[in-house]
Amino acid sequence: MPSLPDMTTPDVMALARDAAASQPHDPHLQDVDLKPAFFDWLCRMGDNTAILGHRISEWCGHGPVLEEDIALANTALDLIGHTQMWLGLAAEVEDAGRTADDLAFLRDAMKYRNVQLVELPNRDMAHTLMREFLFDAWHVEMLTALLQSGSPRVAEIAAKALKEVGYHVERSSDLVVRLGDGTDESHARMQDALDRLWPYAGELFLGDGVDAAVAKAGIAPAPGDLRAAWERTVDAVLDEATLRKPEGRFDVHRGGKQGRHTEHLGFILAEMQFLQRAYPGASW
Amino acid sequence: MTAMADPATRPTVDQVWDWLADVPDPEIPVVSVSDLGIVREVRWDGDTLVVAVTPTYSGCPATAVIDMTIESHLREQGIGRLRLERRLSPPWTTDWITPAARDKLRAYGIAPPVDGTAAAGAAAGRAARLSGQGLSVACPRCGSADTERVSQFGSTPCKASYRCRDCLEPFDYFKCH
Repeated sequence: MPSLPDMTTPDVMALARDAAASQPHDPHLQDVDLKPAFFDWLCRMGDNTAILGHRISEWCGHGPVLEEDIALANTALDLIGHTQMWLGLAAEVEDAGRTADDLAFLRDAMKYRNVQLVELPNRDMAHTLMREFLFDAWHVEMLTALLQSGSPRVAEIAAKALKEVGYHVERSSDLVVRLGDGTDESHARMQDALDRLWPYAGELFLGDGVDAAVAKAGIAPAPGDLRAAWERTVDAVLDEATLRKPEGRFDVHRGGKQGRHTEHLGFILAEMQFLQRAYPGASW
Repeated sequence: MTAMADPATRPTVDQVWDWLADVPDPEIPVVSVSDLGIVREVRWDGDTLVVAVTPTYSGCPATAVIDMTIESHLREQGIGRLRLERRLSPPWTTDWITPAARDKLRAYGIAPPVDGTAAAGAAAGRAARLSGQGLSVACPRCGSADTERVSQFGSTPCKASYRCRDCLEPFDYFKCH
C-alpha cells in the first residue's frame, strides 16, 4: 500500500505553506482589519454547504427509488466538497493553525454560521426537495455573483462549485414541478413543505455588519442584491408547479448566520462530530 | 536521489508526462489521468518535481486516490522529491478529455460527454425543463440515438444514468462539466 500524499511530508503546517504558496495571490488574505468579517463570511458559505450536505446524506440508503438515493448522495458529496474549499480558505484567512476539519468537527453550534433553513429536519421527500430548491436557487445566484469577486481565491472556488450547483438546481426545480403538478397527494405534500419552509428562506437575503464589510471589500454581493433574481426563479418554478406562494413574511426565522440556531443543529453536530470528540485527533 | 538535483540527469518534463499517460483513473481504469486532462502542469522546482492536479468534481472521493496513484507511480520511476499541488482554476471541464479517451470511454460502455451541454446555472435548468431535455446521447453499445435519461446523477459524481430504448441496456453517460 503506497503512502497517502499528505504522509510524505509529515509536517502539516509546512504542507499548508507549500499549498498556499502555489495559490493565486490574494491581498485580502493579508488584510488584518478585514480578517474577522472575511473569516465569518467564509464560515457562513462553508457551514451552509456542510449542514445541508450532511442533512441530505441522511437519505443515503433510504431514498424512495435508487436513482433518487444516488442523486441525493451525489449532491451531498458535491456540497461536502464545497465545504472543504470554503472552510479550507476560512482556516487560511484565520491563520491560527486550524484546518478545515478542525472548523467542521470541533466548533459547537453557537459558532456555526449556517442559515436555519438548511438545518431543518428532512421530514419527507417533499420537504427535502423543496428546501433543496429554495437553497439551490439562491446558491446559483450567489456563486454566479462571486465569479466577479475581487478575491481571486473566492472567485475560483465559486467557479468550481457553480458547475456542480447548475446540476443541483436543474434537478430540484424539475422535481418541484413534477411533484407539485403531480398527484393530489404529491401536490399537497409539496404545498405543505413550501408553507413550512417559506418563513426560513428569507434569512438568505438578510445582511449584517459581516456582509457589509465583505461587500465593501469587493469580495461578495450584499445578500439583498440576490433577492430579485431568486424570486424570478422561484416564482417561475412555483407557478409551473401549480404551487401557491405563501403570503406571510419569508424572513421570520433568522439568526443562524449569527450563531443562533434551532434545536435541530445540535443533533446534527452530535452525530457529525462524535468521532473527533470521542477520539481527538483520530485520522485514517 | 541527489541525481535529481542535477538538471542534466533528472527525467525531463516530457518523460514525466509519458509516465503519467500510464496512470489509470481509479474509477474508469481504461483512461489515464492525463487523458482526462486533470494533470495541469509538470515542472521542476529545484530538485523537487511538482505535479499540479485539478479535481474533477469538488467532492469526488477519487481525488485522494488519484493523488496517491500518481505519487506511487512516479516514485516507482525513481522520483524522490515530489510535491502534488491542487489547482482549482481554471476549473476542470470535460472539454479537456482527449478524443482518444472519448473512444476508450465508449468502448468501455460509457457514453462520452456531449461538449457544451453543461448545466451552467438556473437559466440552463429552466431551459432544460422547458425544452424537455433535448440532449441526444448515443448508446455506447448499439449506437442508437433513441435513448432516455433516467437520472442526472449516476454511479460516480461525473456520470448520469441513461437507458437505450432500442437495445434496452442501461448505461452511464459521462456528463458535461
